[in-house]
Amino acid sequence: MPRQIPLKEKLTSENDRLAAQIREQLQQHEIFALNFVSSPGSGKTSLLEKTIAALGNSLEIGLIAGDVQTENDAERLTRAGGRMVRPIVTGGACHLDAKMITRVLSEFNLETLDLLFIENVGNLVCPSSFDLGEDMKVVLISTTEGDDKPLKYPGMFRRSSVMVVNKIDLLGTSDFDLERVKKHARQINADLDILELSCRTGDGLDTWLQWLQRRVRKNRPIVA
Amino acid sequence: MTQILIPGCSIPSAMSLFQRKDVMHELAIAQSIITAVDGEVARQSLPPVTRIVVRVGALSDIVPDALVFNFEAITQDTQFAQTKLVIEEVDVKAHCKACGHKFAIENLFFLCPKCDSGQVEVTQGEELHIAYLEVDDFN
Ligand SMILES: Nc1nc2c(ncn2[C@@H]2O[C@H](COP(=O)(O)OP(=O)(O)O)[C@@H](O)[C@H]2O)c(=O)[nH]1
Ligand SMILES: [Mg+2]
Ligand SMILES: [Zn+2]
Repeated sequence: MPRQIPLKEKLTSENDRLAAQIREQLQQHEIFALNFVSSPGSGKTSLLEKTIAALGNSLEIGLIAGDVQTENDAERLTRAGGRMVRPIVTGGACHLDAKMITRVLSEFNLETLDLLFIENVGNLVCPSSFDLGEDMKVVLISTTEGDDKPLKYPGMFRRSSVMVVNKIDLLGTSDFDLERVKKHARQINADLDILELSCRTGDGLDTWLQWLQRRVRKNRPIVA
Repeated sequence: MTQILIPGCSIPSAMSLFQRKDVMHELAIAQSIITAVDGEVARQSLPPVTRIVVRVGALSDIVPDALVFNFEAITQDTQFAQTKLVIEEVDVKAHCKACGHKFAIENLFFLCPKCDSGQVEVTQGEELHIAYLEVDDFN
């Protein structure tokens, strides 16, 4: 006779366990961490370059640049003035995972870091399932992409706290409908912060930088 | 190079299945199922486990087929080789904090269909746990 044995066991993955450790470590060191996700080419590296250029003198910014094959983005971030940049070449994997972050985190001096930026692999699907221990995910969408991205990849927009619409300098050159994107993004995630900017012209960057500075935890005077 | 599509990952990769397995949720979850059940079997001195029933919410990011695939792969030649992993999928339901309306969520649309509020609380669909085991008592 079959007999049923109740067993209320919550299952967590190794990734979630490691991510929780990373999160605790970052919080102990008062580091605010962001995980940047988007399709390839939306402007993750460009936004990080601009951010380093604007805040790199007053804040200590750690950068992790994930890529399937190359270290190009890490090199761009170093050239932009990034002092602590580590590449992660995934060798084919379409997302970063917490184990990879744990490995490179030991190379940073956490005592001094204010911010940690992680550029994920360009992909709107898989990265949403892998918690890296960040405070928030920032999802980028650019005006040269289809404006149905939120509806096609709801998981990513649901799990992000901020949506950055980049390349607003190109608005009007395609049928990308900004209001439609915002409306759909809010249907999936009512709490999403939405910022519009152009890494090319610098429009809207101030709002982004202010948003970021408000979240720095370590008590430091900000030098303009 | 052969292209392999991993369940749960949308992008084909030239990497071998073996290398990719360690970055997958489903393998890690299959392992934690076995650890939990193994512990319970030892603790209660249970007879052979015929079925393990796991509840997987649609928001849990677990691909049921991939979970079963990994479970079967790692239980070969173990005491769970004959054990069937049964997945009960749980769909997403929510409750509107503004008007109290209860509704099912489809296509990850998290707005209240009645009052359009975004203040909705997910009441089911996030679960990922073992519900129960079934064992065969021969006496
Ligand atoms: N017109 C325009 N081009 C941009 C803007 N931001 C980035 N780009 C360009 O878009 C391309 C991809 O940007 P990149 O930062 O490498 O994207 P990533 O793949 O998300 O890191 C590059 O050629 C950038 O110069 C923008 O605001 N306006
Ligand atoms: Mg990049
Ligand atoms: Zn309502």
